[in-house]
Amino acid sequence: MINDKQTTLLIGMDELVPRTEQMKKDGCRLVQIGCTKVGDDYEINYTFDKDYVLTNLRITIKQDTVLPSVSSVYFGAFVYENEIHDLYGIKVAGMNIDFGGHFYRTTIKQPFTVTVTKEDTSCQNK
Amino acid sequence: MSKQITVPFGPQHPVLPEPIHLDLVLEDEKVIDAIPSIGYVHRGLEKLVEKREYPEYIYVAERICGICSYIHSNTYAQGIEEIMKIEVPERAQFLRTIWSEYSRLHSHLLWLGLFADGIGFENAFMNAWKLREHILDDLESTTGGRVIQGVCKVGGVRRDVSPEKLDEMVKGLKGMEPALRDLTNVFLHDSSVSHRLRGVGILQKGDAYTLGAVGPTARGSGISIDLRETGYDAYGKINFKPVVEHEGDSYARCAVRAKEIFTSIDIIEQCVKKIPDGPVEVKVTGAPDGEYFSRAEQPRGEVVHYIKGNGKRNLVRHRVRTPTFTNLPPLVTLLKGCELADVPVVVLSIDPCVGCAER
Repeated sequence: MINDKQTTLLIGMDELVPRTEQMKKDGCRLVQIGCTKVGDDYEINYTFDKDYVLTNLRITIKQDTVLPSVSSVYFGAFVYENEIHDLYGIKVAGMNIDFGGHFYRTTIKQPFTVTVTKEDTSCQNK
Repeated sequence: MSKQITVPFGPQHPVLPEPIHLDLVLEDEKVIDAIPSIGYVHRGLEKLVEKREYPEYIYVAERICGICSYIHSNTYAQGIEEIMKIEVPERAQFLRTIWSEYSRLHSHLLWLGLFADGIGFENAFMNAWKLREHILDDLESTTGGRVIQGVCKVGGVRRDVSPEKLDEMVKGLKGMEPALRDLTNVFLHDSSVSHRLRGVGILQKGDAYTLGAVGPTARGSGISIDLRETGYDAYGKINFKPVVEHEGDSYARCAVRAKEIFTSIDIIEQCVKKIPDGPVEVKVTGAPDGEYFSRAEQPRGEVVHYIKGNGKRNLVRHRVRTPTFTNLPPLVTLLKGCELADVPVVVLSIDPCVGCAER
């Protein structure tokens, strides 16, 4: 069995930066920041690791919410924050490197859609 | 102060097998800033999860990358299995471990060839890729595919491997070992290689950790992070120690990969000795209802597959954080201060996989 403990903490947006600072003080590594659309809301997971124990700080926001950047705490957060902006259209304030919507240089702008034809709904080798 | 100029590096560049763009801000020949941007091969594969049922989506997950393809399918399957509480047969876990290490071998030899080619060491390039062919042949004969294996499934694996074939694979690897030692020794002890790599692109241990470096990029800076230590698949039943170097320069990152080739061979040998008899898959019914951050150690480091299901056949979300994506901020840091002529070497030293990072 995998020795990989995972905890998710639901937090408010005002707690995000202080909690992230505390994570850094505790010696945690920023693993990823990811966004999930849940109904009309967006769930954002800030995932940290220390000694293979995962802790998620989760906030739920509306698309027009301006998210505070944590890149002043973890420099590397800019890749995730720019990704969330480019793929989900959520604005992030205070990023250390702000690509202004050009981190992903895609010709088709977000949000992406998927079209599957009727003939293409089953896999040949399930 | 010298005049600053910005030089575009990529997306098409002789040392880049895949497209990534770097804006290099220079003062004379010194890089004072590097700004990466991606998106040239973004395929939106994560979005497809909404239209494909979870058992068939594994084919899409495997196609995120053409190098660590197998480990993507393994990590995806592992995530679904954790949510659905599926006990994968032990034999399947050992086979998954063997194929994962074969993937690491072929990836590291691919990198070694590309790196050698990038610095003009053509003989090492040809030898590395010649040896890699044996690895790909074994992958093909046991899974049916050289690059995309399609052998992993939710609940186990599609194919078993006979004991005779497993013994033959170990014999083949042991037979290759002297040639691999020769290749890596020549590479790591060559004065030109050493001159190009030592003291170039230094990533301090503290920076590597806080910037989120993973894999050989982190281990080359003295950080012992290796997800195989969590014991997923059969790694919990195998003895191995992560390869760690402490200098933090390009040479250290290369040395980690070169030494990991032999760790992989040792892991495969242990697996073949310990693999039990039994089934290689279990029947899977139902659909995942829950979420899980599935993690595994790819050749380039930790990969994360976030999987969220709601009890239906289509997942709600599949988000992949690949090692190259999280190695971009460290790349920015280690490029700062280096000479323009060293940029290709430094970029190749993190072994970037852009297709993977783009998804």
